[in-house]
Amino acid sequence: MIKLNIFLFMVLVICGLGIVTARYESRKLFMEQEEAQQLTEQLETEWNQLRLEQTTLAMPARVEKIARKELGMTMPPPAAENILAIHPDHTSGATE
Amino acid sequence: MKILFNPSRKSAAVDLPEWRSRLIQGFLLISLIILVARAVYLQALNKDFLQQQGQSRYLRVIEQNSQRGSIKDRNGEILAISAPVKSVWIDPQRVSATPEQIRQLADLLDVSKATVQERINSDKRFVYLKRQLPPEKANKIAELNIKGLYLKHESYRYYPSRELAAHILGFTDVDGRGQEGVELAWQDVLTGEDGKRRVIKDRIGRIVEDVEQIQSPKSGQDVMLSIDSRIQYLAYRELARAVKEQHAKTGSIVALDVKTGEVLAMANYPAFNPNQRASMNNEVIRNRVLVDTFEPGSTLKPFAIAVALETGRVRANTLMDTSGGMMRIGRAVIRDVHDKGNLTVSQVIQTSSNVGAAKIALLLPPRTFWEMLNRSGFGTETGIGFPGEASGQLRAYNKWRPIEQATMSYGHGISVSLMQLVRAYTLFATDGELKPITLLKRDTPAVGQKVISRETAQSVRKMLELAVLPEGTGSGARINGYRVAGKTGTAHKRLEKRKGYASDRYISSFVGFAPASDPRVILAIMIDEPSSGRYYGGTVAAPVFSRVMEGTLRILNVPFDDSLGNLVTSPIPARLEDKG
Repeated sequence: MIKLNIFLFMVLVICGLGIVTARYESRKLFMEQEEAQQLTEQLETEWNQLRLEQTTLAMPARVEKIARKELGMTMPPPAAENILAIHPDHTSGATE
Repeated sequence: MKILFNPSRKSAAVDLPEWRSRLIQGFLLISLIILVARAVYLQALNKDFLQQQGQSRYLRVIEQNSQRGSIKDRNGEILAISAPVKSVWIDPQRVSATPEQIRQLADLLDVSKATVQERINSDKRFVYLKRQLPPEKANKIAELNIKGLYLKHESYRYYPSRELAAHILGFTDVDGRGQEGVELAWQDVLTGEDGKRRVIKDRIGRIVEDVEQIQSPKSGQDVMLSIDSRIQYLAYRELARAVKEQHAKTGSIVALDVKTGEVLAMANYPAFNPNQRASMNNEVIRNRVLVDTFEPGSTLKPFAIAVALETGRVRANTLMDTSGGMMRIGRAVIRDVHDKGNLTVSQVIQTSSNVGAAKIALLLPPRTFWEMLNRSGFGTETGIGFPGEASGQLRAYNKWRPIEQATMSYGHGISVSLMQLVRAYTLFATDGELKPITLLKRDTPAVGQKVISRETAQSVRKMLELAVLPEGTGSGARINGYRVAGKTGTAHKRLEKRKGYASDRYISSFVGFAPASDPRVILAIMIDEPSSGRYYGGTVAAPVFSRVMEGTLRILNVPFDDSLGNLVTSPIPARLEDKG
């Protein structure tokens, strides 16, 4: 009887310690998760800012200005354009 | 070691008087009662209050911020996006800062030291120092570690396209609520809901446990518009150019996809920059395409002709006598710019003869004409869901006098918005269907409401094509490589506050579509009060049409349907094979 009681007592102590450790572990993991979530938010903000920056840089007005002024590009006049039709049948209505 | 035992001490205790033990007993009993009473008081009566006090030492409710959805164009380009910013506020009753800290704070906030000091001396409990600071700056302020200074999470709305799409998008107020345009119309979709959750924090402020989610945050949904940024830019650029060149008051432009009814571009000039509140005033923020109405002038002629064709009153080659270039109805006179003699119905459209159109309109029963205009969407809202949209004015047919019926055929005595006009032209661009229009992306072709028969639509389309031939009024709208159909409009402006029309102030317009063989895009341009000497729709608005439509068809990769002179039909692989 005493032996059994001692055994159960031991089990109880072990379980108690187990709970303490599990609780500690769970809090540690939870904090990690919290940090990860904060990082996600931070990265999302950064991503939004980068998208904004990209859009601002790719504004047609800016692209046009650079193309025309800095790179000296021009729109080809229609006479200089050659249209290649892969299937002659599909150029409906188009004539020489 | 042996403990000494003295039996004599035991007998000595017996000598004590009995009241002493009673006293002790009573004392202990009373103490016990006090303790029990206290325990009952604390645990039964004050339990809730105490538990709450205890929890407030470690439980915290934290806010989870949700972000407003962004607005994108049809290709996913961002038109409006929210970015987190911080607002700095202080509780003046709790602030304690050294002069050095205040100096640094003023530097970071870009305000004078006196201003900061003044706010700190206020007797309120909540004072904003500065709203909507970029996060990096806010972090530096947080590092100053001033007691009684707090940061509040807010978001700021950026519009990277600036004035390009300003009238479509609208803007939000400082608290992030939509005030105009899409921001207002789709406010419910765009706004998210802030969440709240209860957590346990440890001594140094780390969150160690999630207790409950009081309210889960919902982020705002994105809205994808039907607008194509590239076409929008092109339309805005050319419109701005035309308004400046013609010294006009304002101008508006709309591009519509014929198949789907999507609005591809919509712009007004002058525009405003939604990023700068200072650039806004009531005049400039109005989206004139939808909110303003005007007398459309000759762009309305095809509708009178269409009813006449539909009811069999005339055919495309019926001759109308417009000789003299004028006609009298009662005391009113309708005039043409030139006397053109006998004209076919097609030529009435081509040369934009008011007399011809009026004569055709007078052949119609008023009710039939009214029904046609009504079913074409005039006098009713377009259903696009834009705030403050005008429905225009289409008067009831039983009140029409003959002169009104005649002038309505060439677009006077009726007011429409540019959006109504462009939508009504879907009748001629399709085979007689009025397409439902939308500002949101819709990939599937929209099914419209049949208003006129296929034959009538095709017949009017042919007339509209004639109008942009070199001998038509809209020849300025021609594009190399594409067949174009369209109609010019030059309308005298109504006098303000008085009856009648201004003789020297005009609204020049052009509505057309291309390619005429299989229309893809309808484009409408309206220039208000051009004052550089030219005022005909054909010379003011048609060139804008030509330039914008050419670029739009290029962007949409629409195949040519007219001779260009340099089409190479042999495919490259065939050539290579020929060589080998």
